[in-house]
Amino acid sequence: MPVAAPEPVDDWRHGGFGVYLHWPFCQAKCPYCDFNSHVTAQIDQKRWADAYRRDIARVAALVPDRIVRSIFIGGGTPSLMQPDTVAAVVDAVRGGWPTANDLEVTLEANPTSVEAGRFRGYRDAGVNRVSMGIQALDDHALRRLGRMHSVAEARAAFDVARAHFERVSFDLIYARQDQSAAEWKRELHEALSMAVDHLSLYQLTIEDGTPFAARLAAGGLRGLPDQDLSADLYEVTQEVCSAAGMDAYEVSNHARPGAMSQHNLIYWRCGDWAGVGPGAHGRLTIAGERCATVAPSAPGAWLARAEAGIDVDSSEPLARPDAAAEVLMMGLRLSEGVDLRRLRTLGLEVAGLQELVDDGLIALDGSRMTASARGRLILNSVLRRLLSDQP
Amino acid sequence: MTELSRIRNFSIVAHIDHGKSTLADRLIQLTGTVAARDMKEQMLDAMDIERERGITIKANTVRIEYPARDGQTYILNLIDTPGHVDFAYEVSRSMRAVEGSLLVVDASQGVEAQTLANVYQAIDADHEIVPVLNKIDLPAADPERVKAQIEDVIGLDASEAVEISAKSGLGIPEVLEAIVTRLPAPKGDRDAPLKAMLVDSWYDPYLGVVVLIRVMDGIIRKGDRIKMMQTGAVHGIDKLAVLKPQMVDTPELGPGEIGIFTGSIKQVRDTRVGDTITHEKKSCAAPLPGFKPSVPVVFCGLFPVDANDFEGLRDAIEKLALNDASFTHEMETSAALGFGFRCGFLGLLHLEVIRDRLEREYDLDLITTAPSVVYDIHMRDGTVQQLHNPADLPDLTYVEHVEEPRIKATILVPDDYLGDVLKLCQDRRGEQLELTYAGSRAMVVYDLPLNEVVFDFYDRLKSVTKGYASFDYQMIGYREDNLVKMQILVNDEPVDALSMMVHRDRAEARGRMMCEKLKDLIPRHMFKIPVQAAIGGRVIARETIAALRKDVTAKCYGGDVTRKKKLLEKQKAGKKKMRQFGKVEIPQTAFISALKMDG
Repeated sequence: MPVAAPEPVDDWRHGGFGVYLHWPFCQAKCPYCDFNSHVTAQIDQKRWADAYRRDIARVAALVPDRIVRSIFIGGGTPSLMQPDTVAAVVDAVRGGWPTANDLEVTLEANPTSVEAGRFRGYRDAGVNRVSMGIQALDDHALRRLGRMHSVAEARAAFDVARAHFERVSFDLIYARQDQSAAEWKRELHEALSMAVDHLSLYQLTIEDGTPFAARLAAGGLRGLPDQDLSADLYEVTQEVCSAAGMDAYEVSNHARPGAMSQHNLIYWRCGDWAGVGPGAHGRLTIAGERCATVAPSAPGAWLARAEAGIDVDSSEPLARPDAAAEVLMMGLRLSEGVDLRRLRTLGLEVAGLQELVDDGLIALDGSRMTASARGRLILNSVLRRLLSDQP
Repeated sequence: MTELSRIRNFSIVAHIDHGKSTLADRLIQLTGTVAARDMKEQMLDAMDIERERGITIKANTVRIEYPARDGQTYILNLIDTPGHVDFAYEVSRSMRAVEGSLLVVDASQGVEAQTLANVYQAIDADHEIVPVLNKIDLPAADPERVKAQIEDVIGLDASEAVEISAKSGLGIPEVLEAIVTRLPAPKGDRDAPLKAMLVDSWYDPYLGVVVLIRVMDGIIRKGDRIKMMQTGAVHGIDKLAVLKPQMVDTPELGPGEIGIFTGSIKQVRDTRVGDTITHEKKSCAAPLPGFKPSVPVVFCGLFPVDANDFEGLRDAIEKLALNDASFTHEMETSAALGFGFRCGFLGLLHLEVIRDRLEREYDLDLITTAPSVVYDIHMRDGTVQQLHNPADLPDLTYVEHVEEPRIKATILVPDDYLGDVLKLCQDRRGEQLELTYAGSRAMVVYDLPLNEVVFDFYDRLKSVTKGYASFDYQMIGYREDNLVKMQILVNDEPVDALSMMVHRDRAEARGRMMCEKLKDLIPRHMFKIPVQAAIGGRVIARETIAALRKDVTAKCYGGDVTRKKKLLEKQKAGKKKMRQFGKVEIPQTAFISALKMDG
């Protein structure tokens, strides 16, 4: 009997299912950040815990029959959450769905002493992985980035995290003002000597609407690298990390074998995820139809609606070509690439493939398509070409 | 009809900004021709572009009634001529329609090159010329120096120059008196067969084509059937009027008089400036001398930025062409720029005026290709082809030689900048004909190839002289030279819109400049792009656009998917503003910048 081709209905299974929870508060906003974060003096954590619980239960009713592979608590600054609030969230997820044996529960944390004091509580609440926003191993650079911690403080907090969690990742921002390749190389070596199993290394991006964007437009923020220097910096990063056994498995993410972020893989492999909390985006396949969900971003509005038990999300079905474009756009970020058969099943025939292969930007191995090192560095251009036949 | 002895017909010769329009305004005002409440600045310049640039493009006319100091009332007809060399033929016809000129010179600036070209036209037309020094009330005014200059440079007696300030009205009555006492009355025979000159024509949405005429002999009446002697067309006169400057009907126009008629003429194209108008029956024996059909000398392609605007451009060009017989157009296709028109113009100003009008009055965004002159291609079989578009150059094996148009350029420049001007002219393959001084200013006359002038000569001249030079030219004929077609290849594909004819000796420099410019204008692609200038198969200049090295989003997680996907779509839409050349996409702005004349 012939085996039926996989139905697009089940496409999300390529990536699995996870829950993203957004904590929208920070002590102060960083000038480069364009995430949905708010600075508030008083936060009623009990109210927030109840609201999260309610909304998680609502989504669980919408898409039952899933095994949760990962929970990710991001923000904002989730390390401002009391451990009880975190426990409430993790418990609500466990109550809503069955979870994988190796459920990954990640929490983003700022590397300060205050927050380090809560790590034990987070571990008890079920968190088993911490991702720390260290951002730089240079005090001058930290000040320029508007960070309120020092390198010494970050290192101390990092040590506390390592003592409590087996899996600890941290973020660095590079391609900063006046940063040479040699300086970055030194900093990166230092980072690798600290690293446990995972590193996120982001080139500084000036996002629209941030204070940095305004400064840049006003002629400030001098000394940012030009295209050639940022490409050099990226290449240095790949070289140094590979030599240390931490290859990039995604554009900006490096891990030891087996230590990839299971949660983020759900995004890049275009699985389904519930987005809970102010401004959180989700992708949910309901009755065979993939939908993009988004919650209201103002914390007060979200809270009021969640408490009232109202469906907080606006949800829009994704047309199949859009869904396919997402698979391509996210998948080519990964070193594992994407399967052309999956794209075809979703109705996408990519354009100009042979030309990109000839130019050494794309590699094909059977039906698996990956971006070459050079191709990944200009991935947006490659994607525009691949999608150029799409309406 | 007016007695010949009480008519004076005149024009005003002046450089831009020397106050021609203001003086005309004052003459109109002081004689009460236009009610005070209807007065506006530059009364006679009807088009926005004329008012803005302070130039006159169409001949404009006003009939002024002036009660002179001798107790008689005179009819003064002012024809305000286009002051620019592009319209030299039109100027010469207007000059033939009047008997005298006011030569207006700024008392602080002195004589400019453009003044010279026009005053020589007036002298050619046997005009009496009354020098008028304007802006006499400016602190920098130096009437004695300027009078001496008029005498030295032009050879006119300036001892009785009228000193005025058109702005304040000072001296205007004296100008009116001088017109009556110093300019001659027209001559003519009212009993002879009708002979009138077609001075100008324009399209009026209510009346159709309006024809401006000067009657030489005979009488023209409403209802007459007239014949245009050059075109042979016959029309009935529907309306006969004088311009004050609004139309005032008149039953007839006699010798020496200037007025307009309409006669259900559909297109301005059907009228020829300089044509002779006579009665269909009882015609005059011979037409007026000096008629020339107008011939465009500068060509360029006009393409819509948005290909969807092509039909709009066609309509607009056809409408403008109805009103401008000197402007030619034919459809052209370019791989780079799509569908557009190859258009011919009387000169660069004419080109700019037409382009501005298309963009402004018809709300079109246009790409203008590099202006090109008309080359005579002498073929081996003895025939001569006229080349309007470098892309059309025939196979060189059939070409005997190529001739290019040359001009006589007159440049007046303060002596501080003389060296720079001479260097510029030499660099542009010029041959010096004359170098003389008038006070602290030098007058340089050069024989120059027109193709070097249409490129960016005028902008360079302005920049090396900080705007103090004045420049004018006239066509003097064709001459053989070592001219070649230079192509630009982007990623080995020729880009037709960037082809140009150049002198062999100038090709390397021009090619290098073009390649350098394009290198900065074409964005980096996913691969290296060679940009080359070539003559035939030989590359004479080359630049390489490095491959794009970094274009990737650093962070892309669950919350970013929607936004980043929309960004990609937006960028894809942005690519529609690009033109595809093989694998290379060239933004339209790159064509516009590369083809800009200012180098």
